Amino acid sequence: MTALNSYRAGPDERGHFGIFGGRYVAETLMPLILEVERAYTAAKADPSFQKELDYYLEHYVGRPSPLWFAQRLTDELGGAKIYLKRDELNHTGSHKINNTMGQILLARRMGKKRIIAETGAGQHGVATATVCALFGMPCVVYMGATDIERQAPNVFRMKMLGAEVRPVTSGTGTLKDAMNDALRDWVANVTDTYYIIGTVAGPHPYPAMVRDFQSVIGVEARAQILKAEGRLPDKLVACIGGGSNAMGLFHPFLDDRDVAMDAVEAAGLGLDTGKHAASLQGGKPGVLHGNRTFLLMDGDGQITEAHSISAGLDYPGIGPEHAWLHDIKRVNYVAATDEDAVEGFKLLSRTEGILPALEPAHALAHVARIAPKMAKDKIIVMNLCGRGDKDIFALAERLGVKL
Amino acid sequence: MSRLAGTFARLKQEGRAGLVTYVMANDPDAATAQKIVDGLPDAGADVIELGLPFSDPMADGPAIQAAALRALANGGSTKATFELLRNFRKKNTATPVVLMGYYNPIYIYGAERFCKDAAAAGADGLIVVDLPPEEDEELRPYAKAAGLDLVRLATPTTDDKRLPTVLEGASGFLYYVAVLGVTGTKSAAATDVQAAVARIKRHTQLPVAVGFGIKTPEGAAAIAKHADAAVVGSALVQIVADTKTDPVTPMHKLVRELAAAVRGAKQGAAA
Repeated sequence: MTALNSYRAGPDERGHFGIFGGRYVAETLMPLILEVERAYTAAKADPSFQKELDYYLEHYVGRPSPLWFAQRLTDELGGAKIYLKRDELNHTGSHKINNTMGQILLARRMGKKRIIAETGAGQHGVATATVCALFGMPCVVYMGATDIERQAPNVFRMKMLGAEVRPVTSGTGTLKDAMNDALRDWVANVTDTYYIIGTVAGPHPYPAMVRDFQSVIGVEARAQILKAEGRLPDKLVACIGGGSNAMGLFHPFLDDRDVAMDAVEAAGLGLDTGKHAASLQGGKPGVLHGNRTFLLMDGDGQITEAHSISAGLDYPGIGPEHAWLHDIKRVNYVAATDEDAVEGFKLLSRTEGILPALEPAHALAHVARIAPKMAKDKIIVMNLCGRGDKDIFALAERLGVKL
Repeated sequence: MSRLAGTFARLKQEGRAGLVTYVMANDPDAATAQKIVDGLPDAGADVIELGLPFSDPMADGPAIQAAALRALANGGSTKATFELLRNFRKKNTATPVVLMGYYNPIYIYGAERFCKDAAAAGADGLIVVDLPPEEDEELRPYAKAAGLDLVRLATPTTDDKRLPTVLEGASGFLYYVAVLGVTGTKSAAATDVQAAVARIKRHTQLPVAVGFGIKTPEGAAAIAKHADAAVVGSALVQIVADTKTDPVTPMHKLVRELAAAVRGAKQGAAA
């Protein structure tokens, strides 16, 4: 297949995926963004960089993560065979560390001395604080005040790891505001600071770079399913907030035309209630945080608040490559509500002995919907991108259980 | 000659720097903001920057963030900003007004329609903080067609290699962001500003306005010695936050003090 008709060739040299992506940042950051791009391009071409990353991924993160055939879940749903890519078994409990490990190695290469990050559910914050502890670098994590309250275990973990967690009260006090404050910090500290963005969004080269670091998920899954089944899966399923775990699983399969892909947005209380985080299904194209993508906003272009039971999906935007894949219809974007996600959580816990995070619980809810309608010889691979330990307090409260 | 070019030519003739005042449209509400803007020229503002409220002003510090949220809470919008400007132009046709904001509301309004409506309302230029030269071709042709200057920003990180990129297609004036940081936080040393302006002047004939971190008449005077204009924003906007009843009078008072300081600063003198 030539690069021209490949789905995997993007972005162009200016960071565009179709009309999406780009570099919409203040002038102060522009030279820095260009520097990150140059440094990443050089690192990518340097075998010693990949070798170093592979070493840490294998011996510290614990890769490859298993591809688990979920027999009991498959039996219960009575349709397609369901495989789970177990990225929740990574050190720190989610896929986020695939990216933070890659970026901190890049930051070290660039001679940066201080790391900043934004976080919603706290998984990216924990993964960033972890690699900062590993390499002895100071770390500041911006986190919305609202999220700090509902993700207390992760806040405690970050502090134990030596990070400073700065509560963000500006705007709505959630992930988008944390990203605003991280950008403000970066503008003020351009010379020594590196900003580890946690998802496939932000100005170019971040969407492509984070995708590349997360693609280890799909590369492994592809080899694993070929070994287990001797063929590629019929469908991939992943949850999507900013979209890094979905992009990581999907990207290595994009040119396999027979592999269908469903990405599950958070429908919150329901797509028709206005209280959701489904940027593709409930938003429209706009410009925020350095890129053009689908955003939740009002008629005047003011960004509106996202809602989801899962803090990790609670972002009013989505990565620009997803916006493009949605536009060209290569990936099918669907939704699951808060309630669906809770049912997905219960289902997996009961059938497979795995507590999923509330984020992939959205993907599970979708799998539970489609698997029964698929023939028994069909294969689904779902990315189980995080474990549920961080969510037990929020879930207990929702289920009316006192801990 | 455009209002901006005319104003900077006049300032040069008078041998002094100009005062550029930034206020947020609709802050704290439409009527008060109208009184604030209407009185700025008499108080001594040479150029008015009118902030377009945006929910996520990631290049602004706490003062302007709060101003944007106040404005939005009280009906602020792109349309309301044009309305304010139209009313202002009924009384004033001399003072240049530059609209300053972020790209999303402009993109959603429609870049071409925005430029036409802005020009019709009486705007002279645009500053779009998150639209660097690499991306602004989607706005520039429409701004040009409508007769609006697209003002570019340069910062301490804009080195000699990058300056030509920033200056290519820039018009009106160049806005030099004097500090590494968001609006209204750090202040720049006058000597650093002097060197930066001299460096920029080697690349362009455009007037250079300097902003970010200028809070007092003394600070404005120090900058005015070296730049073609000094921009004050957060310190003015903060008055709205700090005043319970009438922000108009204290705001115009500060503008008068700033204007006097800027006018009294001898250009080209050492800091």
